Amino acid sequence: MGIRFVVMVNKQGQTRVAQYYEHLSVDERRALEGEIVRKCLARTDHQCSFVEHRNYKVVYRRYASLFFLVGVDNDENELAILEFIHLLVETMDRHFGNVCELDIMFHLEKVHFMLEEMVMNGCIVETSKQNILAPINLMEKT
Amino acid sequence: MASAPPAAPAPAPSLVDTLFQRSLDDLVKSLRADPSAAGESAAVARALSEIHREIRAPDAATKAVALQKLTYLSSLHFAPVASHPLAFPAIELIASPQLPHRRLAYLAASLSLHPASLSLLPLATHQLHKDLSPSTSSAANHHVTALALQLLASPAAAAAPDLPVHLAHDLVPHLFRGSPRAIAAAARVIAASPSAAVPVLFKPLAACLASPDPRASAAAAAAFCELSAPPADAAPFLPLAPDLYNLLTTSRSNWALIKVLKVFARLAPLESRLAARIVDPVCQLLARSAAMSLTFECIRTVLTALPAHDAAVRLAIGKAKEFLAAEDDPNLRYLGLLALGMLGPAYASTLHECRGVIAQSLGDADSNIRREALHLMMGLIDDSNVTDIAGMLVSHASKSDPEFANDILGAVLSACGRNVYELVSDFDWYVSLLTDMGRNLHCAQGDEIGRQLVDVGLRVQDARPELVHSSRTLLIDPALLGNHLLCPVLSAAAWVSGEYVNFTKDPVELVEALLQPRTSLLPMSVRAVYIQAVLKVITFCCNLYVERLSDSSKEVSVALNGLSMDQTVSGGSDAPIGSSNEQITVPRMMEKDPFSLKLVVHMINLIETTVGPLVECNEVEVLERARNLIGFVYSLREIQELKESKFDDDKHSRVKELVKNMQTVLSHEIGPVSLNAQEKISLPDDLVLNENLAELVDIISEDDTTLSSSIVFYPRSCGSVETRDEPALSLGSSSLLSEHRKRHGLYYLPTGKAEDGPVDYPHANDPLLPASSESALDDKLKTIQPVTGGKKPKAVKSRPKVVKLDGEDFLSSMVASASVPKEDSLSGAVRGVLLGRDLKPSSSQKASDKAYEGIINKMDSGESSSQWKNNVDADFVGHPTSSSRPSIQQSHDKESTNPLESDGKEARKHRRSRSGHRQGKHKHRERHSTQPDVPQAPIIQDFLL
Repeated sequence: MGIRFVVMVNKQGQTRVAQYYEHLSVDERRALEGEIVRKCLARTDHQCSFVEHRNYKVVYRRYASLFFLVGVDNDENELAILEFIHLLVETMDRHFGNVCELDIMFHLEKVHFMLEEMVMNGCIVETSKQNILAPINLMEKT
Repeated sequence: MASAPPAAPAPAPSLVDTLFQRSLDDLVKSLRADPSAAGESAAVARALSEIHREIRAPDAATKAVALQKLTYLSSLHFAPVASHPLAFPAIELIASPQLPHRRLAYLAASLSLHPASLSLLPLATHQLHKDLSPSTSSAANHHVTALALQLLASPAAAAAPDLPVHLAHDLVPHLFRGSPRAIAAAARVIAASPSAAVPVLFKPLAACLASPDPRASAAAAAAFCELSAPPADAAPFLPLAPDLYNLLTTSRSNWALIKVLKVFARLAPLESRLAARIVDPVCQLLARSAAMSLTFECIRTVLTALPAHDAAVRLAIGKAKEFLAAEDDPNLRYLGLLALGMLGPAYASTLHECRGVIAQSLGDADSNIRREALHLMMGLIDDSNVTDIAGMLVSHASKSDPEFANDILGAVLSACGRNVYELVSDFDWYVSLLTDMGRNLHCAQGDEIGRQLVDVGLRVQDARPELVHSSRTLLIDPALLGNHLLCPVLSAAAWVSGEYVNFTKDPVELVEALLQPRTSLLPMSVRAVYIQAVLKVITFCCNLYVERLSDSSKEVSVALNGLSMDQTVSGGSDAPIGSSNEQITVPRMMEKDPFSLKLVVHMINLIETTVGPLVECNEVEVLERARNLIGFVYSLREIQELKESKFDDDKHSRVKELVKNMQTVLSHEIGPVSLNAQEKISLPDDLVLNENLAELVDIISEDDTTLSSSIVFYPRSCGSVETRDEPALSLGSSSLLSEHRKRHGLYYLPTGKAEDGPVDYPHANDPLLPASSESALDDKLKTIQPVTGGKKPKAVKSRPKVVKLDGEDFLSSMVASASVPKEDSLSGAVRGVLLGRDLKPSSSQKASDKAYEGIINKMDSGESSSQWKNNVDADFVGHPTSSSRPSIQQSHDKESTNPLESDGKEARKHRRSRSGHRQGKHKHRERHSTQPDVPQAPIIQDFLL
């Protein structure tokens, strides 16, 4: 399993989206998010985007007020994960049009839909924006 | 309404609920309305109670909205997933004809299903089966199938043992079609239940690798990358190599290529021909690719899996250096360091070439990069460059931020201290490095530095002069006393200065430094060490003074007449001084003689004024030591009286005797203590272990903790073979082991005493023999190493000897264990002296030492003073020569004549019998006078107990 979790938090450290690809209890999730958010938010733009945490490697990237944190296995390709984050943001941008934190808050399930289209079982299965958005568009039509 | 929802039976859902149901938007707004924690939890509680009603509505739309809200709450951790029945309505809605409802239901199911709710999953099996079945390929149906596959690949479903087995066959047609989702789901199913799924799914999955559809082949590569990941064995995937190779050479997708490279990195070490085959395409990718992610993956593959292909490795290192040179991208710099870290030992020289770049990275703005660079640097250290690198790192630490400075210091300390200072050949350098580290402003490694200072002193004789010199610079600096981080270092420095006072150039300065006013800033435990060090120094000085008086006793009148003058001794001091003080360099003394009466008196006065108030101290450690010191100093006052009564030989000899005895007590060589020292004591005759242990079984099972703390009292000789096999055994595990032994003591065979009989127990507390102490010690050091089974120190020329024992890594509290026991033995002696018991002068130092041990043992055993005096006399009568048999007799007699010593004094009894045994060992050793002796101090234990 390459990707263990995808978490989006804002600058205040509030979780906006959390998708896990392995089972963790709510307390474990809260603790994990608290720790990695504290670690990542303390870092500056001049520092690299990889943070080692427990047995994970967290690859993160900041877009405006939102931090995208992806926990991966240690041998996962960090740069590819950065590209994945960028693809996710581009996809959301295309769907919401200039996506912002509020879009994500009010359409959480859509973000989940996109993530589910892109990642299955911790592996990236879909990288075409059009394919990712097709089911969502289909639902909006019905 | 905001009451605890799950507890109260929810009222039946009504039409009103449906009409006035709050949407998800409303819920989000209400959550945002009051961002405080209390407001938020109230809103959540209200929403949950609503949802619990709405979710039972017969109307699918109401139910769907309720489910949506619940999913929202649970995915953001407002509501605990396990405590609400999210799974059941989700499964109900999976069957809904409306696509949005179904989508929501599948999302809810894949988010919320977890091991506790898996019992519900079989309910969904039929629906999943239906959704997976190939039907008319309308877009909607296609998506429903995708959803079912998604659920099947979710972690919860994979944990359900039955579901994948039931649905494995349904996956096959999708695999043939090359659906990426089906491929991912198949990987999950195979991983979850290999025995059932592999026969059905493996072949179709492997066929996907050769699929013309790039999405399918990429997904298949990812699936096999997943399946061959480390806990699994990669060997069964070797037959897939041709397909993977094909993909490697033809695929244009970076995602797929990265996964293929990962699989090859696992397969190549298994099959050398494969490695030779893939090296070319990998190098081509490496040279050609513009995508950094792919380039890095190629570097990683080459460095980890193809280390034998020199050209490829050089290319990869070249690329890694390009990464390192990326000024504007910290990510690439970090990855470049990671790549260098993957280099195997075969390319160590290449790594050394990069030392400049790595050293530069130590100053990077990013703490992760710095840490990685430090890690690499520590990997570069070997015995030839340890001076350069460690010195560079320590000077770098002084420029770094506190956290990283401590990382550096910790790394240097552990690297240099590894395996008993294996890397260090120049201990003078190392000692000064240790003091430099201690002087670092942010240094939080004081404990370890202090430990190593003491440890080096104990183990490396040749380092002691430099150690004392460095300690002096630490001790005389009043600014350091205010830094509480430095206390352990100062404590170690004080201990070292006191213990090896004979290397001190200027004892007066040392005493002044140890008693300077700012020492009041130190914690009490450290002050105690300081005071103890003062005692050692003053004893040393007095002893030297007295010795010299006796040397020149023919001209004693001259000496005494001009006592206040410094130049008195200059005539007579060319003669060898005291036997135990040979190491003093005569020229140094000539310059400024610290052992003149004037200076001794000065020191005594200083001690009286500064330590005197501490006699009232609240802290027992300080109090006791201060009392010892003051008591000793009062006795020494008699030296001054000498001046008046010039030829009072009686007083003179009394003082001399006092000083000599003190010196004897303090001149024990303290050495490192082997973990296994205890085991080497053979079992005393009067100790019957088996009986006791059998009775103790109940107590052991009731309370293990108390026993493990009292474990010290059980000689462990009965199982020493086991521990000797595992020299790296930690203290914790060895106590477990011995606990096990204690439980099953009956089943352990005693080891042959014959083989380690003669050498089994070190006699560290023997005073150095008056003559040839130096060479005797050398002999000991040479002979001890094979005996204790430790590795010999590396044979580097001119490297000083490092005393090394088996079962190292035990000196965690060396300062305490080394100084406290001495103090205890000392307080016994001081008490004896202060009680006015004049000991008969013995001919050799050895005998007087024995007498002290006798005193100490008896003092400890709590007998009345008159009784012990008799015993002392008996001891002296008993062994006028070298045999100590009577003293054994003595202690055995005492045990038999002391019926009051009951169970409560079990510990003491053991200790006593052991000390009796130890004296027996003395005898043993003397018989074989060539037997090795060890500078160890486990005997101290006796005094401690």
